[in-house]
Amino acid sequence: MKREKVLVQCTVNGKEIAEYVDPRESLLEMLRNRLGLTSVKKGCEVGECGACTVIVDGETIDSCIYLAVWAQGKHIRTLEGLEKNGELTRIQEAFIEEGAVQCGFCTPGFIMSAVVLLEKGEVLTREIIKKQMSGNLCRCTGYQNIINAVEKVMKENQRS
Amino acid sequence: MYDIENYYNSGTIKEAVSLLKEHPDARVISGGSDVLIKIREGKLAGTSLVCIRDIKEIKGVKKMDSGDIYIGAGTVFSHLTNDPVIRENIPVLGEAADQVGGPQIRNVGTIGGNICNGAVSADSVPSLFSYNALLRTSDGAGGRTVPIRDFYLGPGRVDIQPGEILTHIVIPEKEYRGYQGHYIKYSMRRAMDIATLSCCVVSKIDPRKKILEDIRITFGVAAPVPFRCVKTEEALKGAAVDEKLYQAVEEKVRQEINPRNSWRASREFRLQIGGEIARRAFVKTAELAAGGDGR
Repeated sequence: MKREKVLVQCTVNGKEIAEYVDPRESLLEMLRNRLGLTSVKKGCEVGECGACTVIVDGETIDSCIYLAVWAQGKHIRTLEGLEKNGELTRIQEAFIEEGAVQCGFCTPGFIMSAVVLLEKGEVLTREIIKKQMSGNLCRCTGYQNIINAVEKVMKENQRS
Repeated sequence: MYDIENYYNSGTIKEAVSLLKEHPDARVISGGSDVLIKIREGKLAGTSLVCIRDIKEIKGVKKMDSGDIYIGAGTVFSHLTNDPVIRENIPVLGEAADQVGGPQIRNVGTIGGNICNGAVSADSVPSLFSYNALLRTSDGAGGRTVPIRDFYLGPGRVDIQPGEILTHIVIPEKEYRGYQGHYIKYSMRRAMDIATLSCCVVSKIDPRKKILEDIRITFGVAAPVPFRCVKTEEALKGAAVDEKLYQAVEEKVRQEINPRNSWRASREFRLQIGGEIARRAFVKTAELAAGGDGR
């Protein structure tokens, strides 16, 4: 058949975009290849590793198993949308302070999962943090430091 | 890029069924966490898709005036878990949905997809069996109501006719009022894993007399389709709730289920675990009944 492109209009990191996409294309491919947002990592491509995690309308999803056409009208956030005036956000700094970054491939996905948790404004138990971050895999096995970083920022937010 | 032949989007039930009738080879897609992976693996490569995720009428949970609970087939797992109606009336269903995959999957996967893909390991399904859920389908003109126990035809096969979609799940009030439920998933990892064996026990216990008025035990992965332990249930109704009864649940369930050997676990192992998780789930429902608010 003749492949007709479909117009997708959505906001990505606060900016309105309009792209003609192939209906066979994943959101991961649209974000990386059309918009150059390379923090969105292509890992397992079957929704198991979480390296491609982005936030759609306030909820984390694996962008590898999400078609680009489904982004129509949605608000999408990637790691690139976190920085303000070239400064890292607190959770990114905490990842560095706690040594939660080793090879770094899983880091953008973990940060996006953490952002959703932190924006709830609650202090969660370590067990719940682990459960909420269980859709992200780190093959350097730096989990303890990742959880430490999330816990640290959560407690800081509570104090301030 | 996914190997998809044609992609059709629908905004209403009518549109979806007419697209399915027009394109009988097309598969229904909603959350995509099963279908896209099967396309990637090659099992469904080259398929055409009818997408139903924009259909608003099949999303969300409602308690009707009759007391029956309507669950839209397009409701995603995380919304089910956080829904106030589910939390108040059938919390076990939300807890079971919270054990599917990981958070990202629970934000896209739907309860209707969990049922229609026919997997015996589906986490939401044993609870739906134990609450005698009714499934509503639509073919545009009319529809059918099918008890969930009749919906499963064989491994991966369910009673969905060509040109038909699952729209709602109904839990009648008489099936949940006064009942307590508990679901246990036995898997090798606590997250991102498929159940080796799973069990949902729903019971109705008179808290004063401590008599078991009704019990429903459903297993996932203990047979080719989700399996209700009807013989065990019948044998135990009316019994006094005590340590002896807990033991009887464990033993009778082991005689009734017929799990298979697979690379995940042996038959013997599944029999051992099966008795154990059925007893534990039942004990939990008895505890809920004793301290519960008579939900």
